[in-house]
Amino acid sequence: MAAIEMKHIVKKYGDGFPAVNDVSIDVADGEFLILVGPSGCGKSTLLRMIVGLEDITEGDMVIGGKRVNDLAPRDRNLAMVFQNYALYPHLTVYENIAFPLRLAGASDAEVDQKVREASKTLELDEHLERKPGNLSGGQRQRVAMGRAIVREAEAFLFDEPLSNLDAKLRGQMRTEIARLQKRLGITTVYVTHDQTEAMTLGDRVAVLKRGVLQQLATPRELYENPANLFVAGFIGSPPMNFLPARVDGDSVELPFGRVRLPAEKAARAQGKDLLIAGIRPEHFEDASVVDADKVTDSTFTATVDVVEWLGNEAYAYVPFEAPPEVQRQLQQLERDLDGESLRTQLVVSLDGASRIREGDEATIWVDARKMHLFDPATGENLTVDASRAGTVPGGDAMAKAERVGEQQDNVESSSDQATT
Amino acid sequence: MSTTNKIGVVIGAALILLWCLLPVAWIISLSFKSQEAITNGSPGFLPSEGGGAGWQNYRDVLADDQFLRSILNSIGISLIATLLSVIIATLAAYAIARLEFTGKKFVLTLALVIAMFPVVSLVGPLFDMWRTFGIYDTWPGLIIPYMSFTLPLAIWTLSAFFREIPWEMEQAAQVDGATSWQAFRKVIVPLAAPGVFTAAILTFFFAWNDFVFGISLTSTERARPIPAALSFFVGSDPFNRPASLLAAGAVVSTIPIIVIVLLFQRKIVAGLTSGAVKG
Repeated sequence: MAAIEMKHIVKKYGDGFPAVNDVSIDVADGEFLILVGPSGCGKSTLLRMIVGLEDITEGDMVIGGKRVNDLAPRDRNLAMVFQNYALYPHLTVYENIAFPLRLAGASDAEVDQKVREASKTLELDEHLERKPGNLSGGQRQRVAMGRAIVREAEAFLFDEPLSNLDAKLRGQMRTEIARLQKRLGITTVYVTHDQTEAMTLGDRVAVLKRGVLQQLATPRELYENPANLFVAGFIGSPPMNFLPARVDGDSVELPFGRVRLPAEKAARAQGKDLLIAGIRPEHFEDASVVDADKVTDSTFTATVDVVEWLGNEAYAYVPFEAPPEVQRQLQQLERDLDGESLRTQLVVSLDGASRIREGDEATIWVDARKMHLFDPATGENLTVDASRAGTVPGGDAMAKAERVGEQQDNVESSSDQATT
Repeated sequence: MSTTNKIGVVIGAALILLWCLLPVAWIISLSFKSQEAITNGSPGFLPSEGGGAGWQNYRDVLADDQFLRSILNSIGISLIATLLSVIIATLAAYAIARLEFTGKKFVLTLALVIAMFPVVSLVGPLFDMWRTFGIYDTWPGLIIPYMSFTLPLAIWTLSAFFREIPWEMEQAAQVDGATSWQAFRKVIVPLAAPGVFTAAILTFFFAWNDFVFGISLTSTERARPIPAALSFFVGSDPFNRPASLLAAGAVVSTIPIIVIVLLFQRKIVAGLTSGAVKG
């Protein structure tokens, strides 16, 4: 078991495509680190650089105090679970799990003892003699994990291991992976594009965009103190609402009305013209179900378009108009997050007891203490609590990712021209 | 499928089978007739009264040292050529499918060009060269041209198979602690087994059935393969060739190839059913 240190890691492909840009992450011994981001953010490339399947263009990869940049994968002693599991179809489950041991030249008795132990942990005992082709998706997933845990590897690496499973199985396997990791206490790096997996599994989460590290923090820190618009929009489901806002003294003007801000937040946003306010759906509430003493002047009325009632809570949708400059930024953000929203709308999470119905003119309370204000030009969070935001790389990570994105698009379009 | 369709398929299949198997059946029929019966004319499929030779033709053929020697030559030469060709083609195809190197396209094109070259045009020069090198009328003298003509096809077949194998397989093996060679031998080659055996069958066919090289590059029974040997199988009277003996010889010479194909074919089917990997 070992710590993994990534120091200013850069990956540039032969055609000049900058896949990973100056990423520095320290993974402590025994820590569960998540690399998360939308597709094409370089998270898998980074993982493959850790394991040695991808060359490192610049920077140092240090595992257990040893620089491994020039070591072959087999000399790094890491175990990896691939997205498509990469089981050996010509070998039985037993031999699949035993494969790394046999390569290491273990004796038959040792192989047998370790394979049985792993198969017991993963409840694969009755499948040991079968071929991977005859197994279900979840069983294959467990075999792939068996192949990883059977060795005494320095660290586990997972490359989107659950993306091929159906939703129910994914939930079960997620818990299983968390339990296994806690029990074995082994350093783990886990790549996913699913923010739920990132939030539930990780001790810390690194959010990447276009190969640039945006924020490295615990799930709670990411959720409560996102460093910029991108992180704020990526973490949380349903996602954070972004509204055009103007701060004037200690109050902020939103499309629906004026809301009072805590003085400390208001102070940080002085002197800026148009801002983007970020408010999570659960920081709104039907004013009628909020305790009277909490309802201050932070309420507004709006016409609710659609209500989705889920029993314990309800989501209310309120469309609004945004000025063009904010709209552009929000659309760009939506594209970066692999999403596609048709309209600017507010999602409000209401208490299950709320009686608001579609078409109602509702009075909604907003918890302004939890509001974030973002600079629309750079995407930076102006109201971030730096002491509780984990590691935020300096130099305006979101704008940097933007610039890298342009470079990437240039490389892609020029190579497209070359091929056509 | 409607009944008329079914009947159509059955009739069609029967016609094709008849078309393909009639010559084979006729050869078998000939091989059981006596020499006199054939000379006197024996048009029936089954030997006429008193014209049957039973197993005598086969006994005569197998008692013939020249014939046995040429069978041995054919088996030896074809197997060695197949083995070498498949090994070299596997390595070459793997490199072509997996590695980026300059001249990759050139190698592939060259392979195709070689395959397109008419065999006959090479026989003359080879005859001279082999005599100078001293490998005329030897096994290597035939193995080398067989290999060079089967390699291109084998490389093309195998590189297609290698491309089908997910690259992650190999990467997984490397992460598990395998060297590149171990990953190739323990993971890639078993997965490409159907391709390897397909290439092996094609190579073996070519080598076994070749006549032009066999007759031009040999002069004695030291290396003469069976197709060439059959053409020299004249008997005592050069104007009256022993058709029934020839037929028996032809039948015997097809047996090894049937055995080999059946053996290899099982491997091909086993490889194809080994199953997908993704969930």
